Amino acid sequence: MPSMRLAVVVAVLVAAVLGVTLWVPWLKTPVLIALADGLAVTGVIVLIRAGQVSFGHAMYACLAGYGVAFIGRALHLDALLLIALGTVAAALAGAVIGMFMVRYRGIFFGMLNLAFSMVLFSVLGKFGAVTGGTDGLRFDRPSFAGVHLEREGFEIALLALALGLAVIAGWAVQYYFRTVDGQALAAIKTNETRLEYLGISAKRVFWRAYTLSAGLCGLGGSIFALTQGLVTPEMGYWVRSGEVVFIAVLGGSAHAIGAFIGAFVFSFVKLYAAALLTAWQLVLGLVLIVMVFVAPTGIFGLIEKRLRAKPAAGHGGTP
Amino acid sequence: MDASLILLALMDGVSYAALLFLVALGLTLIFGVMRILNIAHGSLYAWGGYFAATLGLAITSLALPPALGLPALFVAAIIIGGLLGTVLEFFLLRRILDKDPILQLLVTFAAFMVLEDLQRLIWGVQPIFVSDVVGQLGTLEVAGVTYTRYQLLVLPSVAVIAFLGLRWFLRKTALGRQVTAVTHHREIATAMGVNTNRVMWLTMALGGALGALGGALASPTTSFTPGIGAEMMVLSFAVVATAGLGQIGGAALAALMIGLARSFSIYLMPELEVLMPYLIMVAVLLVRPEGLFSTVATRRI
Repeated sequence: MPSMRLAVVVAVLVAAVLGVTLWVPWLKTPVLIALADGLAVTGVIVLIRAGQVSFGHAMYACLAGYGVAFIGRALHLDALLLIALGTVAAALAGAVIGMFMVRYRGIFFGMLNLAFSMVLFSVLGKFGAVTGGTDGLRFDRPSFAGVHLEREGFEIALLALALGLAVIAGWAVQYYFRTVDGQALAAIKTNETRLEYLGISAKRVFWRAYTLSAGLCGLGGSIFALTQGLVTPEMGYWVRSGEVVFIAVLGGSAHAIGAFIGAFVFSFVKLYAAALLTAWQLVLGLVLIVMVFVAPTGIFGLIEKRLRAKPAAGHGGTP
Repeated sequence: MDASLILLALMDGVSYAALLFLVALGLTLIFGVMRILNIAHGSLYAWGGYFAATLGLAITSLALPPALGLPALFVAAIIIGGLLGTVLEFFLLRRILDKDPILQLLVTFAAFMVLEDLQRLIWGVQPIFVSDVVGQLGTLEVAGVTYTRYQLLVLPSVAVIAFLGLRWFLRKTALGRQVTAVTHHREIATAMGVNTNRVMWLTMALGGALGALGGALASPTTSFTPGIGAEMMVLSFAVVATAGLGQIGGAALAALMIGLARSFSIYLMPELEVLMPYLIMVAVLLVRPEGLFSTVATRRI
């Protein structure tokens, strides 16, 4: 896709999100959650580039969230610092667990991640003395860039930050895909043996991608935790991980922007389906099945096709 | 830990392993034939259990002879497994055989989400627990430990019969040989005149019924709540992955391993109970990435 037109689409989307949220204040929390989800989904999109899906990546969001909660409770650090620490914690965990994970492909990769995430989930639920058990951990609203804000102001500041981070993360992931490392990552999907013959270690390439994806999930998890002021083991349940993969396919995994489109659609379908029917999983499940058959490239795939087909026409995508 | 506690843990472990094995058997059979990991399998377990409980309640409220309780469990499993298995196969799995593995996993995940919510709409969120069958069969005393006949005799024998029956079916009957042929290579089996669609439908119905049977047999001793399907899904996958995907005999051993590890940890280190299956799975996969019993040739993912 022409990068100019894409930049316009992104600018329109960012402006739309900012405008709508300032217009309708109660939308702040759902929008923040969608952005946090979107960041985690960019992490999953990195793995999908290599043809791998993880059914346990919510564990990194969960780890980062608990990191934020623990540090926030113990040291009362600034929100910016908490986000950074949460992300680093998740990336470090990803780097360590990744050393094992890079040996696996396909279903085993997906499910071994799931097993690790279930270990974390069970530990968080069982050792209640330290982790608050299934009720989770609550923490006070930290200062933001050194300023103590009321809830309203804090959410606006966090929202602006999350939007900025979303654009940066999306751009960075797309940039990464164009580097040698990113190209090699895509080759893991198409032909891993050939990659090895080129003298590139597939495992090392995949390990770096895994660490990156864990960090991105951690970034999403940190923002999610700060939005809620509460972390629970549910953040890391395997169904949650499945949802993240679902969002990636819904939005379109060919481009990082698909992560955010998917996350917004997911959040709002969930919001409205839950309000109207209480059966949001039912609605989303049916949406996903229809998507796989009708538009396997996701929403962004559809938009991209439109943009390609009508070069003269305007940009066809608002959320 | 004294002798009677060890015996109790052994019996707990074996009866739990029997249930786990039934569910895992269905999952591994479906994977063997379709090459799709059916994430909705956990829902079949939950639906089987809920439906069995509903039948159990109906027997009481209609004042039917209580002896019908035990057969009703099997009837429930066959109805649910056959019905849901057929629906899933016909509307979803048959249509995604050639799709990207990521999409295949996601479609069954979507089916799981739909079934979870439907189950919540049908049976509500209150725990359901119908244990008349266990009471009817009474208890048994083994070396000073009292245990229910249902858990000590019925569950393990059903698991053993299912295991031997499936082996006999796959090895000795014409239809079973066709299933095995499709497991080895779908296209070549089709070229040889095997009706692949029929084999896949049969597999889904049979595999689904095994999953539902696990749930139905668990219903007299477990209270069913929303989320139980999600839990069983990962547990049965842990069994299947520990054994090696598509390994039927291995699944029996892996189920016993995980069942016993779990029951012993309840008595020795209760905090580790829920962790045990995953720790075993992680430990096994780290050493043998394809599971304990699989050979490289049998795995074609």
